[in-house]
Amino acid sequence: MSHADTPPHVVLETHGLTKRFGGLVATDDCALEVHSGEIHALIGPNGAGKTTLLAQLSGELLPDRGRILFEGRDITRLPVHGRVAAGIARSFQITSLFNRLTVRENLALSVQARTGHSFDFLGTVEDESDLETGALEAAERVGLLDVLDQTVGTLSHGRQRQLELGVALACHPRLLLLDEPMAGTDPEESERMGTLILSLRGRHTVILVEHDMDAVFRLADRISVLVAGRLIATGTVDDIRRHPEVIAAYLGDDEESEGRAHPLPGHTGIGA
Amino acid sequence: MNGLSFAAAHPGHTPLTDGLPGPWTAIAVAIALTLYPLVINALGEPFYLNLGARVLVFALAASALNLALGYGGMISLGHAAFFGVGGYAVAVMGQQGWLAAWMSFPVAIVLAAGTACLIGLVSLRTRGVYFIMITLAFAQVFFYLAISLPQFGGDDGLPLRVRSLLPGLSLADPMAMYYFVLFVAGLAFVLLYRLVASRFGRALVAIRENERRMAAIGYPVYRLKLMAFTLSGGLCGLAGALLANVNNGVTPHMLTWHQSGLLIVMVILGGSGYFWGGLGGAAIFLLLEEVLSERTEHWNLFLGLLLLFIVLAAPNGVMSLRGRLRRRAQAAKEGAPAA
Repeated sequence: MSHADTPPHVVLETHGLTKRFGGLVATDDCALEVHSGEIHALIGPNGAGKTTLLAQLSGELLPDRGRILFEGRDITRLPVHGRVAAGIARSFQITSLFNRLTVRENLALSVQARTGHSFDFLGTVEDESDLETGALEAAERVGLLDVLDQTVGTLSHGRQRQLELGVALACHPRLLLLDEPMAGTDPEESERMGTLILSLRGRHTVILVEHDMDAVFRLADRISVLVAGRLIATGTVDDIRRHPEVIAAYLGDDEESEGRAHPLPGHTGIGA
Repeated sequence: MNGLSFAAAHPGHTPLTDGLPGPWTAIAVAIALTLYPLVINALGEPFYLNLGARVLVFALAASALNLALGYGGMISLGHAAFFGVGGYAVAVMGQQGWLAAWMSFPVAIVLAAGTACLIGLVSLRTRGVYFIMITLAFAQVFFYLAISLPQFGGDDGLPLRVRSLLPGLSLADPMAMYYFVLFVAGLAFVLLYRLVASRFGRALVAIRENERRMAAIGYPVYRLKLMAFTLSGGLCGLAGALLANVNNGVTPHMLTWHQSGLLIVMVILGGSGYFWGGLGGAAIFLLLEEVLSERTEHWNLFLGLLLLFIVLAAPNGVMSLRGRLRRRAQAAKEGAPAA
């Protein structure tokens, strides 16, 4: 996607990022570079440390070593809410919404976080037009305008996944971390989610962790491959498809049973 | 009303609106509590004036706990500490001759809020059962401090020989005492209402609903909870300051974990997370206790059975019944069987 003559603008970079859980190295000296406006997929076999890496980017986990720079600023020690304020929002692999609240309220809470006043104890909340506007804008982007006043718990799984994305979008992030946005969706819902993610390109920088390889190869501008905590390759879709180490990691793992290792589309004849 | 106009702009009730009282209930409660002494006097039962004041004090303490427990989801088993700190502050100052309410009450509030802030700083880093145990442990420290320091009267506590002084009003008069408690508790209820109806209050309820998500969309969850816990402790201290006056002194019993448990029982009985939950729970508990203990020495047994019955009939507290009836009526209107 990037033009060959202009050097890409790096939005997020990690240097020597390392995280250990006891003897297990979940993130091993990772140097990730994400360019402005791209959809950057993070793939790897199960247990490769994708979710752990994402958690360090979002601030839920602190790395043992290494640094994270966002737009040139060191955010390694910034707490989760500080990173949201800096412009990074995430969605969860397992839908985590306010199930007893309406879609509108879910979205408005994101807007309130961004517009502040949450320590305004006594301020009357008469003028809520900012929340209303922000909630409607986000609902429109993820196609949930028709269920604004429905309680989240009553929505279908696919719609909850859309809201999961909408809640993150309502934070107005410049960088979006999407943790398996298609998890558990049926083909039709997955298709809709794919279209949604494509619509983000250019407006947001996206880091996408996804198990559905067809989707990854369709959506991503660039791909980074994690194996056992190590970043073994980063490149365009074509680069990755041909990368010998990647092929070995995905296809050479005999003990990995179905659903654990994912065949690369284009190599096995599926998709792309 | 300056309520949650955003949420109230559309129909339906969600946890964000359930905890907000309607204006008519507030007016009805205010009128009933203002007329109560007149009715009691007309009936010639002045003793019930003191009971009324105690109900109001415990309603305030339970409502303060409700802010942390019901709205914020912080199950504190240590609110006796704040209650006791407020009471002891007034009693100790009274012994030193500092009797003016305008001095001792603010000191009681600030000390209790400060205590809550310090305890919260540590205990809010834990969750669930650990949080319950840590708040309990902290409160026990205050209990043992009170019984071991002779300056605090040890096991006997401290008498308050002269009630707090107010310009132009003597609290020695039971009627004046009642109205003073009503006035102070009323102010506190207005403050509590503003808190839960503000953006802060909405953030607090949302933290109770899904803490992880709240952090992920950019709320400083720990700081918000600490603020709520501190305010809750301060208001509980104010209730303690009032109780020291109503009871003419303080005893270490104010600081026992039974007291913390009693406040939790009141909140749950009345409706955790419902604005009038604290008042409802305190009124039901203390009135039942009063009526039963006059009739039988085994009143504890009957009180327990009655509480069991109430909790079974209204698992989310008495104040939740209204919502349930409303939903049932709505279901009936839509022709669907009531859930």
